[in-house]
Amino acid sequence: MADRAEVETRILRVLRPIVITLLALITLFPFLYMLLLSIRPIEDLLRAPGQLWIEPSEWTVRTYREVLTSVGEGGQGFLKFLANSAIVSVAATALTLLVSIPGAYAVARLRFAGRRQVHFLFLSVYLFPSILLAIPLFVLFTRLGLRGSLGGLTLVYIAQTVPVSIYMLRNYLSTIPASLEEAAAIDGYSRLQTLRKVILPLAAPAVMANALYVFMIAWNEFLFALLFLVEDRADWTVSLGLAQLSGGIEVSKTVLMAGSVVLTLPIVIIFFAAERLLTEGLTAGADKG
Amino acid sequence: MGKPLTARQRESRAGLAYLSPTLVVVLVVVVLPILWTVMLAFQRIRLINLRRAGVFGQYTLANLETVLNSPGFWSSLWTTLVYTVGSTFGSIVLGLIAALTLRSRFRGRTLVRGSVLLPYVAPVVSVAFVWNVLLSPQFGLVNDWGVRFLGWDRPIAFLSQREYALNLLGWHIDVPMALLTVIAFETWRYFPFAFLFLLARLQAVPGDLEEAARVDGAAPTQMFRHILLPQLGAVIALLSVLRFIMTFNKFDDVYLLTGGGAGTEVVSVRVYEYLTARFDIGAAAAQALVLAGGLLVLLAIYLRFFAPRIEAAEGEG
Repeated sequence: MADRAEVETRILRVLRPIVITLLALITLFPFLYMLLLSIRPIEDLLRAPGQLWIEPSEWTVRTYREVLTSVGEGGQGFLKFLANSAIVSVAATALTLLVSIPGAYAVARLRFAGRRQVHFLFLSVYLFPSILLAIPLFVLFTRLGLRGSLGGLTLVYIAQTVPVSIYMLRNYLSTIPASLEEAAAIDGYSRLQTLRKVILPLAAPAVMANALYVFMIAWNEFLFALLFLVEDRADWTVSLGLAQLSGGIEVSKTVLMAGSVVLTLPIVIIFFAAERLLTEGLTAGADKG
Repeated sequence: MGKPLTARQRESRAGLAYLSPTLVVVLVVVVLPILWTVMLAFQRIRLINLRRAGVFGQYTLANLETVLNSPGFWSSLWTTLVYTVGSTFGSIVLGLIAALTLRSRFRGRTLVRGSVLLPYVAPVVSVAFVWNVLLSPQFGLVNDWGVRFLGWDRPIAFLSQREYALNLLGWHIDVPMALLTVIAFETWRYFPFAFLFLLARLQAVPGDLEEAARVDGAAPTQMFRHILLPQLGAVIALLSVLRFIMTFNKFDDVYLLTGGGAGTEVVSVRVYEYLTARFDIGAAAAQALVLAGGLLVLLAIYLRFFAPRIEAAEGEG
């Protein structure tokens, strides 16, 4: 009988490349499929659904043209949706940082009554289902006339992202030596000046990672966009637009695939450009068990 | 006003001042709405008579009663539980496999590690749409290949078929097809999350520990069982709780894939139906409360029976 360790090692040596290939396949394939369908004429897909590759000469950009041009010109108006998504996501990102940077600094550095209890408050944001929050917000926004406004949606996104933003930033801020602040205080800096001129530059990578994280959450969000903006097509975000149109049969699937690529591409670009920054920010502290 | 503030008092005030924007936002958009949901759940409110609703409205248990007795509520709660447990388990197991495989060096590791995270970062609407098209019985790749290469009799309606009669060695089993597909989707979308956390923890395991075991002739499965798994215990426990909470409350994925049909109606999708199709705000709020309550009970049970073990594992780790 062969040695157990040796047998297992041999099996694993064969198994490992297979598993790696499978992992890459299941994660990448749906995205490649998306891309390939988006440049295919719809007739071609209906004729041969199982065919993956078509000749480059048959590729078409008509799908992209249709999905991006405005409804008035016979398209699906995704350019407008892109603008809406961008406005909401950028505004949510900027405002979240504006709120969470001082908040994270306070939690990381300053001693005040209730500092320890803050976490419970934040936990409640994630413990309760968003659908539970959605009901009163739906009612409230209907009353205030905020339903159908990008501003109302932005406000919800800020509330949804501030807690995790504070958590991530706090972890980073507490690694900055306190002696730097003391030195700044001796130089006559006020607390706010210290935060702006000493702490912020040092925390730039964390702030950047955080900004991208918030942006991605806001860009991808669906439920609240659905509840608040569904009535007027001019307000739709890209996610909402794609979801609404893909339910029907009026728009061809390949055109919607082009819309899907348009929705996904900004996120994929941001992600690969800043992968290290993002993954380290998210799991900071996890390696300590 | 007299006395000047001490440094400690000033610090305390600054702390609260810096945190106050956060507190205001969370209070207005999270805490107050939660309290309001509780109120709504105990009032007879529809969108039409919304104007009359207030703090001093008529309180009643009617919503809760209607909800608990309504057809399909308990089965929907059960579906939510199956969906949550299945997806949590699936994503952690797949995440663990990914973390163990992608841990050591190979050519193209950076690229593979990056692409493995794609399902998690990509917009849910677009990945749900791609799955929908891939699995479509009319023009989906999976069904086309299944019929052509795997010898399926006819296309399988993965997302719209409640039950699929499977013939396995002479046994007839009814498989809850749509529910399983939704669980598979959820596993696929969230295993990267587990992968990230597990990989971070694996990289912190001291190398000499494994080296020593290898010198002693330990087999890979023994090393996993006796060296890696104890180190990962705390992270796995944390992931289980996090994923359980998130999936239990999840709305988007099921709504986008099946719309809650074919035996996949989770509670959050039901709440949405009550809110937007029936405009029955009271009943919607009551169901959302039952959902949140159910989660709290499960968490309490978990913490009561498993928390000591987590702490013990943390102590070791």
